[in-house]
Amino acid sequence: MMDVFQLTSFQKDILKEIGNIGAGNAATSLSQLLGHKIDMLVPNVEIADFNEVIELVGGPEQPIVGLMFQVEGEITGVMAIVVDIEEAEYLVQKLTHNPEFRLSEETDGIELEIAMSALSEIGNILTGSYLTALSDFTGMNLQPSVPHLGIDMAGAIMTMGLLEISQVTDYAIIIDTEIRQEERGHEQIRGNFLFIPDPESFQKLFAKLGWS
Amino acid sequence: MSITKTIVNVGIADTKIVRSPNTIRTLGLGSCIGTVLYDERRGIAGLSHILLPDSSQARAGSISEMKYADTAIPQLLEMLQEQGARNMKAKMAGGAQMFQVGKGTSFMRIGDKNIEAVQDALRKLNIKVVSSDVGGNLGRTIEFDPVTSKLSIRKRNQNVFTI
Repeated sequence: MMDVFQLTSFQKDILKEIGNIGAGNAATSLSQLLGHKIDMLVPNVEIADFNEVIELVGGPEQPIVGLMFQVEGEITGVMAIVVDIEEAEYLVQKLTHNPEFRLSEETDGIELEIAMSALSEIGNILTGSYLTALSDFTGMNLQPSVPHLGIDMAGAIMTMGLLEISQVTDYAIIIDTEIRQEERGHEQIRGNFLFIPDPESFQKLFAKLGWS
Repeated sequence: MSITKTIVNVGIADTKIVRSPNTIRTLGLGSCIGTVLYDERRGIAGLSHILLPDSSQARAGSISEMKYADTAIPQLLEMLQEQGARNMKAKMAGGAQMFQVGKGTSFMRIGDKNIEAVQDALRKLNIKVVSSDVGGNLGRTIEFDPVTSKLSIRKRNQNVFTI
């Protein structure tokens, strides 16, 4: 079982390139959306068990806003965009032009609904950019599902993204790319794109890119 | 003089056992279920954290038994019996629906299926569920204390309560 998850350094490089291309395009979209420069860090390719996946986003009790998409098409898997509560607040503030917005237990009906729909829309745009870039790079058709948004402990949210692959394996290969907006002021964004392809997608990916 | 207590952590698809005065917990349960089996008199308890309901749905040859309700619960019982536990009772928590399920998605109603599967497994083993906190749409952190036989539950932005 484990030997499925031995990646050569060539294969690892391909997966890193996928993170670079996908998250790079998504970062560009986000920067256009917000009117700020967004930096992207070098992607990490991790082979992780389920507990380790959750550690990647701060541990099981870390409050997060998670946007999850199923990836459909010639490659299947899950795309997760993970940000902290404060960062989600900042994104909603920017998008709704409401600098007072706070995401807390008191955030009520209509305000919460607007926030959720703003975040879902950002998720749609970013995942769309990521997958479009990936489609162009691989020549494969890739489509995101509708967004699934959760605001809760990281363990509770992230396991949803692992359900599909957990029926086949106890490990996930994750392409984790962090984006940041560093500013002089206190405003800052940090987010992670986690692309978790289904195990059977890797062979297709490597074959298509001619490095299998 | 004070007795040092240890908190034993149970990860995803994992099962562990504890003796009083130590406690046992699992963090950030979403659609997963934490099931505690305990022998009140002997102060032994075990906690399983399952991810999926049914091992027969597994699509790979080798399965990890602690991942599925139907295999983890009997396994947990056996582990406890080997440690001398008898007359066990159960408490359970988890099985939340973390996302609003839209059309055409396979983020299935896994929480409900997990709840059913754990209840089924316990019924087959004639173990009584003394109390449970299942369903809803919030994540949970749970901790069991074999001294008091209380299961404490914490949800986001809520006070801790016990069942």
